[in-house]
Amino acid sequence: MCDAEKKTTQKTPRVATGDRAILPEGAKTIPVYIMGKRYDVPETLTIMKAMEFAGFKFLRGAGCRGGICGACPTVYRMAGDYKLHFGLACQTVVEADMYLAQIPFFPANRASYKIDEIGAAAEAIHALYPELFRCVACNLCTKACPMDVDVLGYISALKQGNIKKAAELSFDCIQCGLCASRCMGEIPQYHIAQLARRVYGRYIQPRAEHLQTRVKEIESGKYDAMLQELSAMGREELEKCYVEREREPDLSTLGTWQPKETQYL
Amino acid sequence: MKISYYPGCTLKTKAGNLETAALASLLALGIEVEEIDRWNCCGAVFSLTADDLIHQVGPVRNLIRAKEQGANKLVTLCSMCYNTLARANLIMKNDPVKRDTINRFMDDEIDYAGEVEVVHLLTFLDQEVGWERIREMVKVPLEGLRIAPYYGCTLQRPADVGIEPFGSFSLMTRLFESLGATVMPFAAADKCCGSYQILNGEDGAQSTAATILKSAAEAGAEALATSCPLCEYNLGKQQGKLLENGLIGTTVPTYYFTQLLAIALGVAPESCRFDLNDGAALDLLKNKNCLVAA
Ligand code: SF4
Ligand code: SF4
Ligand code: FES
Repeated sequence: MCDAEKKTTQKTPRVATGDRAILPEGAKTIPVYIMGKRYDVPETLTIMKAMEFAGFKFLRGAGCRGGICGACPTVYRMAGDYKLHFGLACQTVVEADMYLAQIPFFPANRASYKIDEIGAAAEAIHALYPELFRCVACNLCTKACPMDVDVLGYISALKQGNIKKAAELSFDCIQCGLCASRCMGEIPQYHIAQLARRVYGRYIQPRAEHLQTRVKEIESGKYDAMLQELSAMGREELEKCYVEREREPDLSTLGTWQPKETQYL
Repeated sequence: MKISYYPGCTLKTKAGNLETAALASLLALGIEVEEIDRWNCCGAVFSLTADDLIHQVGPVRNLIRAKEQGANKLVTLCSMCYNTLARANLIMKNDPVKRDTINRFMDDEIDYAGEVEVVHLLTFLDQEVGWERIREMVKVPLEGLRIAPYYGCTLQRPADVGIEPFGSFSLMTRLFESLGATVMPFAAADKCCGSYQILNGEDGAQSTAATILKSAAEAGAEALATSCPLCEYNLGKQQGKLLENGLIGTTVPTYYFTQLLAIALGVAPESCRFDLNDGAALDLLKNKNCLVAA
């Protein structure tokens, strides 16, 4: 990069990105192609902001804008490159010569079941989604996943009857549907993974015993008197209690701190 | 008379003469020809191509996992897995064109050229452990147990991936001899178990299975050993039905060769999961006093 170029880059003003991005004077723009049509957009924007800048309005296909709801999957190609790329419109920053399309929804069958009745056997999942066995391990799903989930990995785990592994591997899935859009076995991967996580949570994951103990203690009335005491306090006294409360230091090593007052434990 | 007509791509290009002559003849014969609307390639290009490489992607991906781990050998137990992996491996090793196509398709993986050797456990026991060592390690000799070693199809076919030459059953034979059992060779040791025919041609599959079991029984075997879950399903899990239908006269309990190995090495029966075999399998070993006390 020559010096002159460097200067312009450095000078690029920040773009206001509210509901409608505003392009300040001198902002550097790059060409992107949205559904085949060229738009010049500020290079600092995400795909979603760039589309809004170009005049598109998201009535659906946008949710959290924080990369976690899965509403905004995008598929794109770079000019001259045969490869398909995938991303979340709210997270991926535009690059010059991107050819963009949104795939806010991809149809994929979802089986219905009663989680309390299906049990923890992998066979129940196999029976609800027999198409699982159409997988040929092409890995196109994994390549499409904007969350870097090992989709083939969880599909394989389920074929192998390993619900725990499938639940763990699919933990980051945000149900965007891109995997299903690419599957040559026409498998609704993300719905199967969700079922696996539900079965795992309902039947396999160890229960939090300390939580159950605490719930029993609460139910047995152990804390009733303390609660009544608190309820009876006036505002000032309550504030004093709050300010003077014992508190675990922010950076104390896990499991080392004990309060002096132990009657509430 | 009017006929619907499918031309095909070549007749519209290089073999136009095949078509024009036919159409002219049919016209002369007074037959009206109607080319069907919106036709596509007849499928010859798809079905005649030897390139059904997508089937190799799955097995090759597993071999790449092994290569990534730094392995130069990948040991497997199931006959079918062995066969599939070994055949894919051969392609990657010996066929530069297919290798290149597959490597390019799998651009998400490191390149692979058959660096990992696929080994069936029987071969591994022979080459890396040795029968003598196994003989020394036996705690509960399978004395008096008459076993028929059953190979089925996929351990020996095709020849270039077979664990030993067609018609030879020496790996299982030497294994069971080392374990102290009596090996009963039988004529149907390499006959197909009926395979997936059990799903849509149950009668045929059952008579095939019955032939094998009878052959083993006639040879004096009282048990059958296999390394293939599909063979075990057809020959083991189906035996109740075969007996009921009068297709066999006596049961021949089936085992995986690994179960017999484990029992002889003194492994607790629970680790062998006989609950997944037919009930007769555990009973036979009990009767032969082959089980270590739990
Ligand atoms: S696994 Fe599928 S649905 Fe889940 S985030 Fe990845 S591509 Fe989207
Ligand atoms: S895209 Fe479908 S067929 Fe390909 S690996 Fe993923 S689940 Fe299997
Ligand atoms: S809008 Fe929620 S992930 Fe993009």
